[in-house]
Amino acid sequence: MNTTLLVPLATRPQAALRPPQWHAPRNLLRVALPVFVLALWQVASSTGILSPRTLPPPSAVIEAFRQLIETGDLQAALPASLARAGGGLAIGLLIGIGFGLLTGLSRRAEEAFDSTFQIVRLIPFISLVPLFIIWFGIGEEPKVLLIALACVFPAYLNTYSGVRNVDRRLIEAARTFGLSPVQITLQVLLPAALPAVLVGVRFAMGVSLLALIIAEQTNSRAGIGYLIFVASGALRIDLIVACVLVYAVLGIAIDLVMRLVEKLLLPWR
Amino acid sequence: MLANVQIRKETGDATPVVDLRPVATTAHSPREAVVSLTGVSKKFGDQTILDGVDLSIRQGDFVALLGASGSGKTTLLRILASLDEANDGKVLVARNRSVVFQEHRLLPFRRAWRNVLLGTKQPGNGRAIAERALAEVGLSAKADSWPKHLSGGEAQRVALARALVRSPTLLLLDEPFAALDALTRIKMHALVEGLWRDHKPGVLIVTHDVDEAILLADRILVLKDGRFSLDVAVPPALVRNRKRQELEPDEVNPLKYRLLAELGVAVPGHTA
Repeated sequence: MNTTLLVPLATRPQAALRPPQWHAPRNLLRVALPVFVLALWQVASSTGILSPRTLPPPSAVIEAFRQLIETGDLQAALPASLARAGGGLAIGLLIGIGFGLLTGLSRRAEEAFDSTFQIVRLIPFISLVPLFIIWFGIGEEPKVLLIALACVFPAYLNTYSGVRNVDRRLIEAARTFGLSPVQITLQVLLPAALPAVLVGVRFAMGVSLLALIIAEQTNSRAGIGYLIFVASGALRIDLIVACVLVYAVLGIAIDLVMRLVEKLLLPWR
Repeated sequence: MLANVQIRKETGDATPVVDLRPVATTAHSPREAVVSLTGVSKKFGDQTILDGVDLSIRQGDFVALLGASGSGKTTLLRILASLDEANDGKVLVARNRSVVFQEHRLLPFRRAWRNVLLGTKQPGNGRAIAERALAEVGLSAKADSWPKHLSGGEAQRVALARALVRSPTLLLLDEPFAALDALTRIKMHALVEGLWRDHKPGVLIVTHDVDEAILLADRILVLKDGRFSLDVAVPPALVRNRKRQELEPDEVNPLKYRLLAELGVAVPGHTA
């Protein structure tokens, strides 16, 4: 009997090379579920299964958007919210990246600051809202500062570990080519840490949105949160849903902006 | 010109501080010394890596340093590159020295030509200088590439260009071809040989490839138990004579098996 048995394996003719094209079935599948959910929502509302007092139909939400824009409320609220988030983010990034670089580059600075940052990081920033109101009142300061505080830690942690995790072998190579410590910092460490810093910025932006929502829920007189506050007082659920969707759009915008920034700053990736 | 690398005895984890002090050159010598080690020792904990090593290399020498893994050959190279400090002895090395490592160690965020210029001061015409260096290693077309988009051999050639652009009198190669495939390695051998002919630096190549050592070097050292257990010259007729080395294995083999035996590799049917 034959001890060597040959097994036929399948072959497949080479797939024809096709230019990149619109993959209709695949992309349709992607949007199928969201569209289905929307349709279900509309049908449930129209048939009365879903009471408008619980959740108004999508058409009502669209109408609410139209109203918000027509009255100019949205146009007034958006800049106020963006200014808060942007201001807090800027302060938070400045502190977080600044200290992250410091502790990443200097052992002495790490010993001095890192443990403090790690402890404060563990305090949920939301729990500080009442304190901030007592300390800073109900104006803009507590809101901006709360957002800033929330942004510090993602920026700090990523910057610190980014600088610390730069490939030591690159630094060695730079040393053999006679670069001074300052040159190594500027030409090797910082550019090599940049991707991690940008990850920190991306996280901080996400957190700034979260902190914005919380900050705006308390005693606002402008901003998206203020719109929600007023709408909830008037039991205008359609307006609330519309404002929540604005927050979601802001989140998507952050993602798009960061993708663009990374593409511009990290062409070598 | 030699620079004096300051030795601090039994330094623990201190960063190596290089005190570059020019030392008078020997005017009567036709070729300048680029390495001069006297009684150099290095310990890691209880382990003696280098035990009173003496070594002298002149400009234009091509020296291969063989040794089993953990024999301290890379430590020796790192001392010469002033990445590590010896614990004892006298270390004199050329001030103008370059290193090529096993990994290319290119900065990923710099294009090839900007990597070549790392740490050089080029007023204005840096690009031209970098392109000339890249042309020497046959990579003119890749000047604008990111390191990520280079193959292993290409990246290593950029690293060679980066080392040579500063016209070193001492070129330190730490297993530069170990990570390359066999075909690329053959090309790199020819390239390094050509570059050495054009520039005539003193070269110390650390390798554990015996054939590579015989092919490239005119002098071969074997490091064992912290000392050079063997220091042989490649027979003049064979030095960098690829053809003869291939056609006359009987001339090459005695040296080859002697080196292998010294490295603890017994080849059946051959005695050292």
